[in-house]
Amino acid sequence: MAFPPYLGIGGKIVHYSFIIFCGFVFIFLIAPILVIIPLSFNAEPYFTFTEGMISLEPQAYSTRWYSDIAKNPQWAFSAANSIIVAICSTVLATFLGTLAALGLSQSHMPYKSAVMGVLISPMIVPLIISAAGMFFFYSNIGLAQTLPGLILAHAVLGTPFVVITVTATLTGFDHSLTRASQSLGADSRKTFFKIQMPLILPGVISGALFAFITSFDEVVIVFFLAGFEQRTIPRQMWAGIREQISPTILAVATILVVVSILLLTTVELLRRRSERLRGISPS
Amino acid sequence: MTSILTADGIPLKDSLRKAEKGRRVKAFLLVAPLLLFVLVSFVFPIFEMLFRSVDNPVLAKNLPLTIEKLQKWDGTNLPDPETFLLVAKELLIARENSKVGKIAARLNFEASGMRSMINKTVRKVRKYKGNDYKKALIQFDKRWGEVVTWKVLKRIGQRYTGVQYLAALDLKVKADNTIGLQSEERRIYVKIFLRTIWVSFLVTIFCLILAYPVSFLLATLPLRISNILLIMVLLPFWTSLLVRTTSWIVLLQRNGVVNDILVALNIISEDGRIQMIYNQTGTLVAMTQILLPFMILPLYSVMKTISPSYMRAARSLGASPLTAFVRVYMPQTTPGIGAGCLLVFILSIGYYITPALVGGRSGQLISNFIAYHMKSSLNWGLAAALGTILLVAVLILYWLYNKIIGIDKMKLG
Repeated sequence: MAFPPYLGIGGKIVHYSFIIFCGFVFIFLIAPILVIIPLSFNAEPYFTFTEGMISLEPQAYSTRWYSDIAKNPQWAFSAANSIIVAICSTVLATFLGTLAALGLSQSHMPYKSAVMGVLISPMIVPLIISAAGMFFFYSNIGLAQTLPGLILAHAVLGTPFVVITVTATLTGFDHSLTRASQSLGADSRKTFFKIQMPLILPGVISGALFAFITSFDEVVIVFFLAGFEQRTIPRQMWAGIREQISPTILAVATILVVVSILLLTTVELLRRRSERLRGISPS
Repeated sequence: MTSILTADGIPLKDSLRKAEKGRRVKAFLLVAPLLLFVLVSFVFPIFEMLFRSVDNPVLAKNLPLTIEKLQKWDGTNLPDPETFLLVAKELLIARENSKVGKIAARLNFEASGMRSMINKTVRKVRKYKGNDYKKALIQFDKRWGEVVTWKVLKRIGQRYTGVQYLAALDLKVKADNTIGLQSEERRIYVKIFLRTIWVSFLVTIFCLILAYPVSFLLATLPLRISNILLIMVLLPFWTSLLVRTTSWIVLLQRNGVVNDILVALNIISEDGRIQMIYNQTGTLVAMTQILLPFMILPLYSVMKTISPSYMRAARSLGASPLTAFVRVYMPQTTPGIGAGCLLVFILSIGYYITPALVGGRSGQLISNFIAYHMKSSLNWGLAAALGTILLVAVLILYWLYNKIIGIDKMKLG
């Protein structure tokens, strides 16, 4: 933002205080996430910077909390659960969500807005209510405290994200492409896989990533539906925060931050690729 | 007039209608699996759960004859001896089916102390050999000789009840069958509802104050820089909620980073460390940071579309920078403000995890009480009533959101 030449001294003060304010907001947003990274390498079992850390003494830093994670089988066990549940529910949510989005984006779809309302509802209803409802449902059908029950419950929560992202990709979709393909002799299956799929793939993948992070980060449903055998990483962290908060939690949190940075980068790259493919200038 | 025919001799209109219908069925079939999945495993279970708020089967199912008899009772004097006999017999049957615990618990939600009364009675009735059950029951526990006890039985015996909603609004049916306030120490839920609304309101306002300038900056900066800054907004969005809550605990606790910095800068003394967490402040700060991206993103996407020429036009027509901003720029951002505020408010009104972890006692919101009644006190009826009220509030707000902004405009990332 360049200064207009007519800007007076008062204008400059306003401008600089505006910039400083924004700077503080960015710090407020990002600092809580970044501060735990150095703290997770603290050699002492404290949650604050020791004098040694501030003066950058190497012996004040250690990876002992990371080896703690490796030593404790509970973490590996929860990580396995988290990954299994997240992957299975993502696959299910992506498959069902993409199909539904393909149907929803057709102009012939009857009762479109009512159906959309129902499909989006898992995103709207407060989690505690969803959890309570599912608790009774999965107990009645005997799937409470099992991994399949948890997978189905997380899949429902993930579907709205897939529906929304794929529908958004399809709104910019040029239908003359499918007509061109069909007039050139491709059948509808070939048209779907060769023409439509590559174009909506970025939307499908980012929807899948949303569904993945929803499941991977979810704790309330796990709280109601899972027993000790189905503990996931967030559930384990919850127990850690509630019962005895140890710096091991910070090490786990740091690993999760790295995971989320990777996911975010992937989604951003996909979004740009999708916009380029569909001929929408990056905005 | 003859209708136009297709090559196979069918009227064109019919042929078109058939094709149209085929496409509609095809589109619907694509949506059907997900629709079925969501309806069966999500919408239906939630309705079933909420139904528990009016469902009241315990007494009606386990003491059916007593309850039936009581429906005819006028409620002025003690019921006839036959009713006493029925309740004694049916309690024994309930004991054989091990339902006494349920009955006692249900009655105890209504009037504390009734659990012990029921348990004591069942124990003594088993050994009783006589036939005058009226005298015997009153002898076992003198409350059987009070009209109030029977009134409670009659009321709780109804198959469907609105009692849980009264309880959720701090009301109760008094002994004389009028509706009145709960006793002082049991009056909590109205306070919690008001607190939830107040906290959500504050979080929304804080988010708006923090997000507006940032979104403006992002919308006016060159794309190259704003894309990098946008990453800083999106990263919290993608980071685990538990991670962010953990870091707020680390930052704000008494021996945490913020207090350490304040002590190091001599702003507060060593023993003047501020309690910033495990209270309402903690909930407010953490929720504001967690929900801030949901305010920035809609505001930013609206501001991005506002052409700078409007502001320039206003300036060239003689408006001061402030006037131009307030009268020309801000009105154009109203859709973004509406979208962001509604979204943040909807999300914070149902918030559970953060208040549970950093809220302490004074930071608990309505969701935490629903969870408490679901998991700990097992008063599912009350949990369902509180849940219904919360859900209705959220659905109204969501309906508003849909009216004003439209769900299909919802953007992710």
